[in-house]
Amino acid sequence: MRKIHDFHGGIHPVENKHQSLHTPIRDAGIPAELTLPLSQHIGAPATPLVAVGERVLKGQLVAEATGLVSAALHAPTSGTVTAIEPRPIAHPSGLPAPCLVIASDGEDAWCELPPPCSFETLERPELLARIRAAGIAGMGGAGFPAAVKLGLKPGTQVETLIINGTECEPYITADDILMRERAAQIVRGAQILAHLVAPAETVIGIEDNKPEAIAAMCAAAEGTGIEIAVFPTKYPSGGEKQLIELLTGKQVPSGGLPMDVGVVCQNVGTAAAVADAVEHGRPLISRITTVTGAAVDEPQNFEVLLGTPMSHLLALAGYRAADNPRLVMGGPMMGFTVPDPGVPIVKTTNCILAPSAQELPAPPPAQACIRCGLCAEACPASLLPQQLYWFARGREFEKAEAHNLFDCIECGACSYVCPSNIPLVQYYRAAKAEVLQMRRDAQKAEHSRQRFEARQERLEREEAEKEARRAARKQAAEEKARRAADAGSGEADPVQAAIERAQARKAAQAAGAASEENPLQKLEKTVVTTRERLEKAEAKLAQARSEGADHIAALETGVEKTRAKLAAAEQALQDYQAQQTPAEPAPAGDAAQAAIQKAMAARAAQANKSPLEKARDNLEKLEARLAKSEARLAESRAAGEEEKIVEALASSVERLQEKVAAARAELAAEES
Amino acid sequence: MIELLVQHPLLAALLALVGLGAVFGALLGYAAVRFRTEGNPIVEQINAILPQTQCGQCGHPGCRPYAEAIAAGEDINKCPPGGQAGIEALAQLLDREVVPLDDEHGEEKVPQVAFIREDECIGCTKCIQACPVDAILGAAKHMHTVIASECTGCDLCVEPCPVDCIDMIPQAQTLQTWHWELPDTSNRGADIIATDAGEAA
Amino acid sequence: MALMRVTSPHAHGPLSTSAVMQQVLLATVPGVLVLTAFFGFGTLVNIAFAALLAVSFEALALKLRGRPPGFYLGDCSALVTAVLLGIALPPYSPWWLIAVGIAAAILMAKHLYGGLGYNPFNPAMVGYVVLLISFPVQMTSWAPPRGAGEVPGLLEALRACFTPGSFDAITMATPLDVLKQNDALLVRDLWAQSPQFGRWAGLGWEWANLAFLAGGLWLLYRRIFTWHAPVAMLAVIALMAALFYDGGSSASGGSPLFHLLSGATMFGAFFIVTDPVTSAVSVRGRLVYGALVGLLVYLIRVFGNYPDAVAFAVLIMNFAAPFIDQYTQPRTYGHAGTGDGK
Ligand code: SF4
Ligand code: SF4
Ligand code: SF4
Ligand code: SF4
Repeated sequence: MRKIHDFHGGIHPVENKHQSLHTPIRDAGIPAELTLPLSQHIGAPATPLVAVGERVLKGQLVAEATGLVSAALHAPTSGTVTAIEPRPIAHPSGLPAPCLVIASDGEDAWCELPPPCSFETLERPELLARIRAAGIAGMGGAGFPAAVKLGLKPGTQVETLIINGTECEPYITADDILMRERAAQIVRGAQILAHLVAPAETVIGIEDNKPEAIAAMCAAAEGTGIEIAVFPTKYPSGGEKQLIELLTGKQVPSGGLPMDVGVVCQNVGTAAAVADAVEHGRPLISRITTVTGAAVDEPQNFEVLLGTPMSHLLALAGYRAADNPRLVMGGPMMGFTVPDPGVPIVKTTNCILAPSAQELPAPPPAQACIRCGLCAEACPASLLPQQLYWFARGREFEKAEAHNLFDCIECGACSYVCPSNIPLVQYYRAAKAEVLQMRRDAQKAEHSRQRFEARQERLEREEAEKEARRAARKQAAEEKARRAADAGSGEADPVQAAIERAQARKAAQAAGAASEENPLQKLEKTVVTTRERLEKAEAKLAQARSEGADHIAALETGVEKTRAKLAAAEQALQDYQAQQTPAEPAPAGDAAQAAIQKAMAARAAQANKSPLEKARDNLEKLEARLAKSEARLAESRAAGEEEKIVEALASSVERLQEKVAAARAELAAEES
Repeated sequence: MIELLVQHPLLAALLALVGLGAVFGALLGYAAVRFRTEGNPIVEQINAILPQTQCGQCGHPGCRPYAEAIAAGEDINKCPPGGQAGIEALAQLLDREVVPLDDEHGEEKVPQVAFIREDECIGCTKCIQACPVDAILGAAKHMHTVIASECTGCDLCVEPCPVDCIDMIPQAQTLQTWHWELPDTSNRGADIIATDAGEAA
Repeated sequence: MALMRVTSPHAHGPLSTSAVMQQVLLATVPGVLVLTAFFGFGTLVNIAFAALLAVSFEALALKLRGRPPGFYLGDCSALVTAVLLGIALPPYSPWWLIAVGIAAAILMAKHLYGGLGYNPFNPAMVGYVVLLISFPVQMTSWAPPRGAGEVPGLLEALRACFTPGSFDAITMATPLDVLKQNDALLVRDLWAQSPQFGRWAGLGWEWANLAFLAGGLWLLYRRIFTWHAPVAMLAVIALMAALFYDGGSSASGGSPLFHLLSGATMFGAFFIVTDPVTSAVSVRGRLVYGALVGLLVYLIRVFGNYPDAVAFAVLIMNFAAPFIDQYTQPRTYGHAGTGDGK
């Protein structure tokens, strides 16, 4: 017998387990439609592999694991994929999530499965691959992909493999009945897991309120070296951390994993699923679910296909909806309410609890905390729930964190004992979520700040470059002007001129830094050179005339041509400038600044304004925008711009017109 | 010496007090030197609290300038995106009083994200130039789009768009962002809590 | 009908705040009976009148604060305060004394701080101390126990309360007083001379203390509070008394047994120190809290100016409770070290 340690706190709620243990596991059959949420586990949602309309066979892979922490999904029966869309799922928010919907054909035809084999013949990676391919996720409630937990880093030594058969929550008997009826399968699963992680010892932990299960498990484990540890019933001894402390006396460090103390923990349901997957190649497509509570006539356990609507199970158990004010998935301590009985069973659905109003009455209004300390006595994490409550309620999240808010396992023991009926766990959940949200916000703000600063820097750099280019251009222009003047003074020294030209070019290049000669400069240069040529030609013509040379006519046409060219060049330059000036982006850096400035000005103006004035302003602004858009539209129509653009402009004008109308109405309302 | 003290209790008391003062003063001084926390410059700390939406609603061209202004003594209640929580954090940091948000500068809104109706975008690049965090992607005459994860929801890109095709969409609640709210204690006096407040979730 | 959406847990334990308070009330019964048996109906009249006033004041305060009185009166906390103060007051107190005490307890100590759960000081003890400081004469005049003097009947008790002028109170120093004033006699002689002493401690007092002890043990058994604070307090009182007991000289502070069964020791240990709102919260914190209350009780009793000291000791420790909490945080699961507050 191993030494059973104790953990702090804990409570003894009424167990209510016998109701659902009268009958053996019953097959829930095949419902007409199965809804498989893509995310039934912790981690990334699975990626669908089938298309709508496709026929799938039982056990066929329909969605594969996305990334490392994820789990695959298989068709629970044969049929046709009818939809891949958001559907309501079992989640307290009632929000829909992506689901894969299969209409069953009733044939229940299996796809081809990997051949059965015995685990001793398989290497570890192969074993792990089989478990991963079967899509097994922790069946105790958390839904952590089993393969991830089992994929140990090389070189780690596991001290203890714990198979969790505690099932400490009231009402739930799924693991109990599984241990009674399928003890051998669980033990084989445990052996496979042990083969995989090679622990120094393997222990199956069971609470002492399940004598039949203990007997069955002891018999099945006979001679396997697997130990069955029995310990007193106390909630929440089935919590992973508590169970580890119970069986090993070690505490998982805060924020750490069981592996940090050399422990791997799996649920009995998971062990059974692992045995199925490895020995028969069967993926996880069904599970045992308890349906219980006073609002069902025959509480019992079902073997149910994943994706089956809860209402199907409830109907089989004789559900009286009128008696049932709240429907809980999971147990009364940690389960959550579901908004609608139509939501599907998932890998983690160990229980559907349909209590009557007398059984679990609606929570009465909370009274003041009298600091009785009962909560602190009950807390299995040795927290001070009343202080956490105080801080959470006052939104002093930092202090709550300093009081180890994040070590709360949300077991509900504190709320259970609180004489003032304070919904403590809700405070902790909200506080945790807000803290996480704040952390995310801070991260995002930091990210935005970096981007803003990077942008600011870039704009400054661009501005500086532009400035440099402008300076270079100016210098080059001056140079050219000087050169032009030099050229005008005659061809006294062509060599000198050529040298100067070359120098000027070099200077311009140097000053222009890396900048390419832009079209403007090119045009300018053309104009200048053409003008030079023209002057030269005219001088020659004059000379020829004075000399009475015979090629005057030829010279004349030459001059004429050059003049035309100059005119054309000048025109081109002008055109270019005309085109550039308006379009030349007002230094882009200033656009954001300008927008901010504008927004600021607008807001400053908004200050101290009556709603009437605000409405009037609003209208004016919209009208201005409308006018602008209309002008733009007319312009682009006239210019015969692309169809699409004209259309877009037209529709925006329409929208603005609507907005203006609305603003008018508002203004009228304000005025009246 | 001792005798003198015994005879003049007043002197003794005085001495004791001065002595105590000296000892504690020395202790405190030592602690201050020994355990000094290397703080960021105050502007950095303020800037770290501001939401970095860069929207200019506070009357400054971006969050950092406002941080500088706050460090120089400006009111801490001018940033609507930061909201009351931001004001509280600033008050805590600067040891000032918590004041309500100055609604001259706008109201606290749910976080939003810009969305460009892409088939209406004419590719004018105006919004790109307005976005303070480069959250808009696009080229001239080509469709633009907002990188939702980078958008701060500052709303500065809406106005410049000539075809008015940018919408500010409130960020939708998803399964990942949903969480239980703190129980509502505001109604019916302080302590009666309608546990969870039913549909409020 | 839409399905309810609430957060877990869905089950709730059997205990409620009103039930806690009612059990505390019930647990005072033996003590009150013994007090009545020895000192007459004075205490009962105190309690009845105090309860009436407390409920009215509470309702008034709730109304003023805009809270629904019906709901809050249901927690019975005002009744508990009234009963505790009624027991602590000397029997045959005049009505105005009770009224002032209850007003101080309910209006000042409780509602000015925000009502049940927010009061840093034990309301009953605040009321008691306010009276003790304002009206020391009335507050220190105890009736003689049966066997040491005349015990008035019910009618006289009512008269004493409501028409104080017409009632000549017979009073007698309490044993703690006698012991304190004594500086000439050996304890043994004192015992023999003074009629107020009984077998182990004061006549009547010893039985009242035993009765309160019984009530307290019952509450412990019902797990209304934990043993830590009362046991620590009693242990420290006994220890201090043992340390300073010199076998019965004229300067003796009294034997441990005498201290355990005198004055408000048991009443304080099980009904005042265990007041959850104003004490420390963690287990270690309660040990420290109770021990320090015990220490103060003994010190004030023996070396201070007042014959009994539970009220002062408790109020002083109320001040210290948050501080104690700060330094006695339990070690959270998975954390190394003691997890002392940051
Ligand atoms: S159990 Fe409830 S009333 Fe008691 S201390 Fe905890 S939160 Fe307060
Ligand atoms: S819910 Fe959290 S605080 Fe409450 S008992 Fe459980 S672990 Fe402790
Ligand atoms: S108002 Fe806008 S720019 Fe100003 S600090 Fe707040 S988020 Fe930054
Ligand atoms: S996309 Fe628009 S709303 Fe979003 S950050 Fe950029 S300018 Fe602001």
